[in-house]
Amino acid sequence: MDGAASLAGTAATTTRRRRRNYSRRYWWFVVPCGVVVLATIIFPWVFTLYMSAHDFKLGGGREYVGFANYLKLVEDERFLLSILRTLYFTALSVVLPMVLGLLAALAFHRKFPLRGLARTIFILPMMATPVAVALVWTMMFHPQLGVLNWLLQQVGLPPSLWVYAPETVIPTLVMIEVWHWTPLVMLILLGGLASLPIDPYEAAKIDGATAFQAFWHITLPLLAPFLVVALIIRTIDALKAFDTIYVITQGGPGTASETINIFLYLQAFAYYNLGYASAVVVVFFSIIILLAMVLLWTRARVRA
Amino acid sequence: MRKVKRIVGNIGFGFGVLMLVSPAILVFLWMLSLSLKNELDNTDYPPIFIPNPPVWDNFAAVFERNDFVKYAINSVIVSFSATGLAILLGVPAGYGIAKMRATKAAVVILIARITPGLSYLIPLFLLFQWIGLTGTVVPIIITHLVITVPIVVWIMMGFFEGLPAELEEAALVDGATIWQAFRHVAMPLAKPGITVATILAFIFSWNNFIFAMVLAGRESRTLPVAVNNMLTFEQISWGPLSAAALLVTAPVLVLTLLAQKQIVAGLTAGGVKGG
Repeated sequence: MDGAASLAGTAATTTRRRRRNYSRRYWWFVVPCGVVVLATIIFPWVFTLYMSAHDFKLGGGREYVGFANYLKLVEDERFLLSILRTLYFTALSVVLPMVLGLLAALAFHRKFPLRGLARTIFILPMMATPVAVALVWTMMFHPQLGVLNWLLQQVGLPPSLWVYAPETVIPTLVMIEVWHWTPLVMLILLGGLASLPIDPYEAAKIDGATAFQAFWHITLPLLAPFLVVALIIRTIDALKAFDTIYVITQGGPGTASETINIFLYLQAFAYYNLGYASAVVVVFFSIIILLAMVLLWTRARVRA
Repeated sequence: MRKVKRIVGNIGFGFGVLMLVSPAILVFLWMLSLSLKNELDNTDYPPIFIPNPPVWDNFAAVFERNDFVKYAINSVIVSFSATGLAILLGVPAGYGIAKMRATKAAVVILIARITPGLSYLIPLFLLFQWIGLTGTVVPIIITHLVITVPIVVWIMMGFFEGLPAELEEAALVDGATIWQAFRHVAMPLAKPGITVATILAFIFSWNNFIFAMVLAGRESRTLPVAVNNMLTFEQISWGPLSAAALLVTAPVLVLTLLAQKQIVAGLTAGGVKGG
């Protein structure tokens, strides 16, 4: 009945008024979802902040400790090293998929036989269950019987210890991350390439520009906004990487592949230092937001 | 001369494409190969690539041990419930946000997308302990909403924004309520969007590992957790392990092959990913 009344009322008023009146009533579409988001997403954010200021032991009591958890974090060498490792892992896991993803997008933008099939195969790693794939990688890394060392041998390279040595573990995990997520970068850039105008290319062709010149002076600048979107998404996902690292190394050997996420997991669910782990969450989240803002600011500058 | 150059160029390009797709092909084929060979062949060096003859023992072993079927049922219940609930909640919400141009609501969804999954787990873990829900699939379904709801809302928001408003406005002028306009005008038009959202939400829920790993008890494990436990607790035998891994990821791979057009459209538009 309310609906009929407002309909009759708005018929006489201006379009803008009408829009606004309707607008408020659309809240009811959002409310059920809003309640769920509040309970499963916003409540954890707030509660984590609360817990980070407490000494929170599972089964035991809780005690207000103010910023003590944060002060402890600043002095925790294991945590600080995990930040450095995360940044190292992230840098590699962003740059390589960006370069390869751009090459792949340029390739799939061209027409060639079986293109649809090749593209589908190319995006399969992204959709595959990370845990299942991680198991197969683990078997491929076997130092004596693994297929990867056999492949290295075939091309005349010395065998590697892959995830079993502190020096090679992070580059190896990066390799899996590249395998998993280059397709997402490719898809975003492919969408970008499809939206480019063709006029500048025709003009360049008339002026006798080479294919590389056209790429460098036309494609790259026009693609810049898409490159930045891909960069943002890739950076955030690389920072958050967990499944593969946890399944394959659990932070090892020693702590050589212990990223912030793994450190966080161990503190929370292996040692049950829930208050301390909450402080890690807050710091980790701040790092992610900070990087995301820097990248969004870059995007604003690229657009201008 | 020019023709030769073009042919060489094409061969080079073909080789490049082969290099791009070969890592994906190699890993999946190796997975298949390991799952179809007996233990002796799997640990042979140099590696045996083509199973001769292929054996099905590994798959039989997976089904015999480890309560694999029970965990598969858990996975199906969790992913279908989390996806279904997300569609029920998220499609109207995406519509409402699009109609109200509620950018602030969109920001919440965006932040949910960039928050690490682990950070939800500590408070929710405590919450479920207090309520006494641990050990059932209910907490896992609820936490999977953290993944599925933002995906659905994000995709539907974009989709409804792209729909022309004229048809709904005509319905409203004819005396339809906004709910009727949504239900009978906007929703049928948005079916392709709903399909994309359903597929992506399902895949990322199916693939999710961390929520079930922390929250599941012996009875409520999902497949990724069960497979990970095989690696950790059993003596390592590559054949059954690969067979299990293949069975876990096969539904998702098949779905990708069948619906690759929708998946590409959804991922290109939103850059969504779970976890």
